Amino acid sequence: MLHPVTLAHYLVVGAVLFSCGVLCMVLKRNALGVLMGVELALNGANINWVALSSPALRADPAWSLGLDGQLMALFVIVLAAGEAAVALAIALNYYRLYLSVDVDQASQLKG
Amino acid sequence: MPDIDGAKTIPMLLVGAWLLPLGSFGVLLFFSPWLDRRGRAAGWLAVGAVAGAFLLCTIALGFWLSQPPADGFGWSQHSVSFADPEAAGHSIPADSRHSQPPAPRHSHALRVSEQPSGPSDAGTFHEANRRPAPMVGRLFTWAKFGQYEISISYYIDTLTVLMCTMVSLVALCIHIYSVGYMAEELHEVVDPLVLDAQGKPLRRPGRFGRFFQYLSLFTFSMLGLVLAGHLVMIFIFWELVGLCSYFLIGFYRERPSAQQAAMKAFVVNRVGDMGFLVGLMALGGLVGTWSLGDLPDPAGEPTGGLFSQLQTLLAGQPGPSSGGLPSSDGGFSRTLWILAGLGIFCGCVGKSAQFPLHVWLPDAMEGPTPVSALIHAATMVAAGVYLVGRFYPAFPPEVLWVIAGVGCITLVIGATIALVVTDMKRVLAYSTISQLGYMMLGLGVGGWAAGLFHLLTHAFFKALLFLCSGSVIHAVGTNEMPQMGGLRRKMPWTAWTMLVGCLAIAGAGVPGLVGLSGFYSKEAILAQAYLFWNTAPAVGGWLFGSALVGAGLTAFYMFRLWYMTFAGPPNDEHIYHHAHESPPVMVAPLVVLAGLAVAAGWSVPGTARSLQQLLDQDRPTLLAAESSSSSKLVDQAPVDRISPEESGRAVSAGSAFWPVPIPEEHLSHDPAVAGPVGWMAFAAALVGFLLATVMYGLRKLEPARFVQAVPAVYTFLKNKWYFDQLYEMVFVRPALWLAERTVDADRHLLDRAADGMAVGLIRLAHLEDWLDRRWVDGLVNRSAEAAYRLGLELRRVQTGQLRQYVLWAVLGAVAIFVLLSLGS
Repeated sequence: MLHPVTLAHYLVVGAVLFSCGVLCMVLKRNALGVLMGVELALNGANINWVALSSPALRADPAWSLGLDGQLMALFVIVLAAGEAAVALAIALNYYRLYLSVDVDQASQLKG
Repeated sequence: MPDIDGAKTIPMLLVGAWLLPLGSFGVLLFFSPWLDRRGRAAGWLAVGAVAGAFLLCTIALGFWLSQPPADGFGWSQHSVSFADPEAAGHSIPADSRHSQPPAPRHSHALRVSEQPSGPSDAGTFHEANRRPAPMVGRLFTWAKFGQYEISISYYIDTLTVLMCTMVSLVALCIHIYSVGYMAEELHEVVDPLVLDAQGKPLRRPGRFGRFFQYLSLFTFSMLGLVLAGHLVMIFIFWELVGLCSYFLIGFYRERPSAQQAAMKAFVVNRVGDMGFLVGLMALGGLVGTWSLGDLPDPAGEPTGGLFSQLQTLLAGQPGPSSGGLPSSDGGFSRTLWILAGLGIFCGCVGKSAQFPLHVWLPDAMEGPTPVSALIHAATMVAAGVYLVGRFYPAFPPEVLWVIAGVGCITLVIGATIALVVTDMKRVLAYSTISQLGYMMLGLGVGGWAAGLFHLLTHAFFKALLFLCSGSVIHAVGTNEMPQMGGLRRKMPWTAWTMLVGCLAIAGAGVPGLVGLSGFYSKEAILAQAYLFWNTAPAVGGWLFGSALVGAGLTAFYMFRLWYMTFAGPPNDEHIYHHAHESPPVMVAPLVVLAGLAVAAGWSVPGTARSLQQLLDQDRPTLLAAESSSSSKLVDQAPVDRISPEESGRAVSAGSAFWPVPIPEEHLSHDPAVAGPVGWMAFAAALVGFLLATVMYGLRKLEPARFVQAVPAVYTFLKNKWYFDQLYEMVFVRPALWLAERTVDADRHLLDRAADGMAVGLIRLAHLEDWLDRRWVDGLVNRSAEAAYRLGLELRRVQTGQLRQYVLWAVLGAVAIFVLLSLGS
């Protein structure tokens, strides 16, 4: 028996992807790993945007985000690129100072 | 002079004369040290100012005499009625005079007073008042409180013009004299009466310019006083002359005696001025104005002055049932009126050195002699008499009685003390007191013109006498007459001019023929006192008797002075040897004043015009008399038929409290009165003169024998009736005692209380300090601490662990979702 792929499936994938990203952020001590987690989380969200904008999944125009949702996804991608550039610059500089990218050691901003 | 408007010119001239000495004062105030280095420039400057003032006053006098009377009631016409006693009563139709109600009558007088030279309805004014209308005007309004207005204004009538001329003339003579007398002040002065710390005579810089500065200020103030048209303005200048008197008595301020004398004069005058103030207040409450004349208000409507208001008040209270004046019900309080009169007179008592405030005048002789002549003989002390004269119509009869009594007591005290005093200037001072008493007596018994005439003549001859004594003192360097003697050979000008002065004050003259100025004025007072004796036999006898005896005493002590100083052999060869006649600048004023002392009583040859007649024409009637019906008798009865016995009826101003009336003055010119009185005065003066001649001139009778005969009397007089001792005991000692007690109270009660309060305050401050630190600060600190602690606790959350933050964020997001799902 073949179930059709529905919106919920996409959302589940997005949620799993997001959770993986969060776990990655929480568990990884390597700063690059954390950044990867960030990318995962952002892309998890992106799946949601795209899924919710798809006319195939949501034929009713009242419920579909349409091009707006895809536009938001594009925004997120651009944002992620910018974020990655800044974060990598920070990580590089951090490495130059401490010869490490362990985020647990980067606790100088503690109260 | 019809071309020139006298109403505008005369005030302008007199105000100019008034302000000239102020200008000289102003210049000297700032430049006197600079001028002092240039010889006598300061003196001549002041002389110039006073000479200008005198010139202006003389011109004003000329205008005043030549201006056509406002009411068409000419001087000449009136002088007929004066010269001919028969006409005196008839010149005024008595019935029409009294048919008109007083208030509208006076309002007409107001209009006349605004345009004195304009033609006016002659008849009405004629009936209202025989006096020429005074010129009144306001220079500026100083202050205004509701109905009360204080203005700098003038009130010019014959008395003002004569006083201004007299003051400026005497002041001019004395200024010129002072240029010579004060010459020693030009350079450094050695005062042998003051020792410095090393016991050597004090050397001080001269104060020539300072002296003339004060003299100028005085002249300004005195002219302002006589010109003033507002009682408060009079009071201001009254105080100013008092201040000048204080400065000049204390001119030799290094001498303790001069300091004391200046203080005494000032304090004693304060006593009188206190009364003056009370009088002013009573007057303000009674009539609501202090302006003498009727000044126009801003709208141009004339508002009633003191005299017209009072007249309206008196007339507005019909009191036929009470027999004349109303008593205190409904608006007009007679008690207040009497209080006002007494208060004003009290000021005059202080200024004119009347009993019981006469004690300051002899001590005031500490000042330089020209000062004694100008201030303490001729002008300032006469200001009291002048004020009584100025205020005269408004006095209630009771107060006139007091004035007469005080004057009589004063004249006796002054004359008797003068008998035994050996200090030359003090003899003259007591003589001044005595003569001022005469003036007061004259005014008090109704002799307005007589009293003020004596004021004018007295100013001339007493200034002369003082200046002569100054000349003597200048020459011999002592005031003590027993050290003088025989000086007439050394200083003839002084001696003979002083003899003229002595004759004038003694009232030398032949009744009915001719006499010196003092003869006329004193005789006028005596005649009035004689008339008063007839109306009030009980008291009047004492008054007249004292005045007559006083006349004899005057002659005696004046010639005693002259003989002791100028006649006989020298008593002190050393002093005699060094004596010399004074320089011409000092002798010239003596000659001028001697001429005036001789001639001031005469009438202009060929006419009936004289000082006395001028005053007589301007004689005011008592307001009390105008409102009472008894004065009708005066106008109806021909004077020459009134015998002295009958004249008791022909009187003015009976009083409800004190029914003895004041006689009308023109009755005293009746030959039936003036004749015998003249001879009596002549006899009294002759007795005094002869006695003095025998005792001091011929030295046939030793004065010491009199002293031995009645030692008690001598001691009594020598101690000046023990007034100083009495005041010392009654006022000074208790005052000092009170002062000491007050100091004690201050130290032991007030100081202690103040200290206690301070200590208490300190304690309170400590308490508050504790409260502040402990509680107020504590509260603030605690809350700050708590916030700090909270921060410390909260900073632990901020670990810096990036992953932890993410975890918290996730958990927070999950928590929000959970909560939201729970809520939905």
